[in-house]
Amino acid sequence: MAAWCPTLAIDRWRLGQDRPDPSAPLILIGETAHGPRITAVSPPARAAGARRGMLLADARALAPGLVVHPADPAGDHAFLETLALWVQRWGPWSALDAPDGLIVDVTGVAHLFGGEDALMVDARACFAARGLQVRLAIAPTAGAAWALAHHGPDRSALAEGGDPLDALRDLPVAALRLDDAVLLLLDRLGLKRIGDLAAIGRSALARRFRDRRAPAANPLVRLDQFAGRVPEPILPVIAAPVPTVLRRLIEPLRHRDLLDRVVADLALALARRLEAHGQGARRLDLTLWKVDGGVLRRALELAAPTRDAAHITRLFAHKLDDCDAGFGIEVVRLSAPWAEPLMLSQTDLEASAQQHGTSLAACIDRLTARLGAAAVAMPVPRASHLPERAQGWVTPDPTRAMQEELAFHARPLKLLDRAEPIAVIYEAPDGLPRLFRWRGAVHEIARAEGPERIAPEWWREKGGARLRDYYRIEDSSGRRYWIYRRGLPGDGRGGVPEWFLQGLCG
Amino acid sequence: MDRFAASVSFLPGTGRGTGKAGGGALPLQNAMRGAIPLHHPARASCRHTELFASADEASGAALALALARDAMDDPADHRPWLWVQDRAAIRLSGRPYRPGLPTGLRHRLIHVAAPRAEDALFALEEGLRCRDLAFVIGEVAGNPAALDFTASRRLSLAAERHGVPLWMVRLSARHDLGSARMRWDVAAAPSPSPRWNRDAPGDPRWRADLFRAHVFQPGQWIVGDDGERHSLAVFATDHGGVVSDAGDRSLAAGSGQA
Repeated sequence: MAAWCPTLAIDRWRLGQDRPDPSAPLILIGETAHGPRITAVSPPARAAGARRGMLLADARALAPGLVVHPADPAGDHAFLETLALWVQRWGPWSALDAPDGLIVDVTGVAHLFGGEDALMVDARACFAARGLQVRLAIAPTAGAAWALAHHGPDRSALAEGGDPLDALRDLPVAALRLDDAVLLLLDRLGLKRIGDLAAIGRSALARRFRDRRAPAANPLVRLDQFAGRVPEPILPVIAAPVPTVLRRLIEPLRHRDLLDRVVADLALALARRLEAHGQGARRLDLTLWKVDGGVLRRALELAAPTRDAAHITRLFAHKLDDCDAGFGIEVVRLSAPWAEPLMLSQTDLEASAQQHGTSLAACIDRLTARLGAAAVAMPVPRASHLPERAQGWVTPDPTRAMQEELAFHARPLKLLDRAEPIAVIYEAPDGLPRLFRWRGAVHEIARAEGPERIAPEWWREKGGARLRDYYRIEDSSGRRYWIYRRGLPGDGRGGVPEWFLQGLCG
Repeated sequence: MDRFAASVSFLPGTGRGTGKAGGGALPLQNAMRGAIPLHHPARASCRHTELFASADEASGAALALALARDAMDDPADHRPWLWVQDRAAIRLSGRPYRPGLPTGLRHRLIHVAAPRAEDALFALEEGLRCRDLAFVIGEVAGNPAALDFTASRRLSLAAERHGVPLWMVRLSARHDLGSARMRWDVAAAPSPSPRWNRDAPGDPRWRADLFRAHVFQPGQWIVGDDGERHSLAVFATDHGGVVSDAGDRSLAAGSGQA
């Protein structure tokens, strides 16, 4: 359904007046480079000779009694937007047809109102109740409905199955929503009616307007849209509800601290609602209804969108100082009529890490990211009595459950990755050495404990593996090591036993 | 309990501890603290300690562990701890060996094997910034160019800011510039004879030389684990003189007067 309000600006101006005089020759003017020009004309003024687009001076010359007022195009547009939401009572969605029309989708809706004619009667009555003149039409396509509303008989409906091109062939080409320049061109070509245009072959039209991309400049596109041969997407108007929170109080508030509490609650609730929409408030209205009917309003605007409840509460705290609660406040409402998008922001991980330190998981992640997964490890016991096999390295997990571990007698604090051979001087080949040389230094063994014999793991190693005799020793200067002899003299598994240093004791 | 009141008897400075482990030893904290009260704010600022030790012995790491355990305020602290080694340190002095670590600490160790000293410093700083770590031990061999005064200062600041103590073991390193609040020279000292096998090596002892300290008086001690108190204890001053009776005086003060 297309709705056209031919005198929207005039009607709206009259609605704003207390006691408008319908017979006054009213015109609305807009400022242009060449002086004031008429933008809207009321029927009495039209009868007097004023026309839209005329310079005010010319109109004054024709009709000195004109009542002149400035136009308000922005206000008209805003009014049209609210009107677009209002007309959604007849259809699920509606679109603006600036500057003074609306398109409502009434597909499959008309039977709810008792048919299309009844729907249009209802709509006309509602518009009239709002003080607006309107021309209505229903057609299968938006283009056809627009054409009927602007150039057809009022309240005409085009049946669903009919071809708009056939039915509306007698409408002027202006009904195709074309630019003035194209209309002028078509007029010069002698094409007055839609039927004339449709009679020309498509290829001729396509060739003539081949470089016109905009639908409003290309009659072929408009014809196809008119007939429903190509889709015509229409941008619907969607209501954006103002985030509002309201508290009705059981007992009227008379004291300031309770009011502060209520405002803090409201700010918190509003912040939650704004967060759900991803918005931050720029303007806030706090309205207080008093028991005696009085209303207090406090508004504030913010420099940047915010939904910080504590900030909002603090700002209102200054504004509420001069409140006179009278007999008490019973309803408090906080709304954010102006809200801007404010994305949910991630807390700054780096700053919080600077402040409070990182968690262990974050620390391990950062270490493994730079050093590799193998570099960060945790020792775990393994079921082996061979020293180098008795511990394994796994990914760090402090909560890891540990099994029972083998209890060894005494073990060094650190173990070399590979046991280093040492040269020894011994008194008996199967006994403890007296001196040994390691890394170029000679160590004299002052004290020793051992041997602790550790046999090879025969289930893993070859039969020729030699056993180890471990000694915990301390040299003359107090350094403590863990050394072993591999094999026994005469065990038939190699030559003379070798000595190794494997661990460093604390 | 007033730990200052423990009576102290000292052996002649033979460099050999007593066989009666910890019988009359003075806890190291008391010895070092001197006149500083237990909860003096200066204590909290000593979060970065450097221990210079030879790479041929594990004394540096062992004393660092002992100091770390000694400095832990809360015995119920079961947070993990970090041990960072660079590749040279691993090659020279080996990796930590779990069966040889102290019982309460072995299951909580997280070890980082850093290929270079730069990576080790990075890992140390990350560890110091982690609130879930009880302490951090670093082991770097030699005097790498990356470990200059600036890097040392960075570590100090991170440790103080987040309250995670850092025990930095420098293996076979010169005493270069560093911002550590305490700097020790550590070497192994002959251990006391165990009670049941007099030929065996006993509980570890270290010759610890506090040569630079922020709030403490420098001094030299023979320190070791005190079996009775489970804390680090001083067994003898290491200046060779004979101290007959230190009484309640601190060792640091005593060595200063000697």
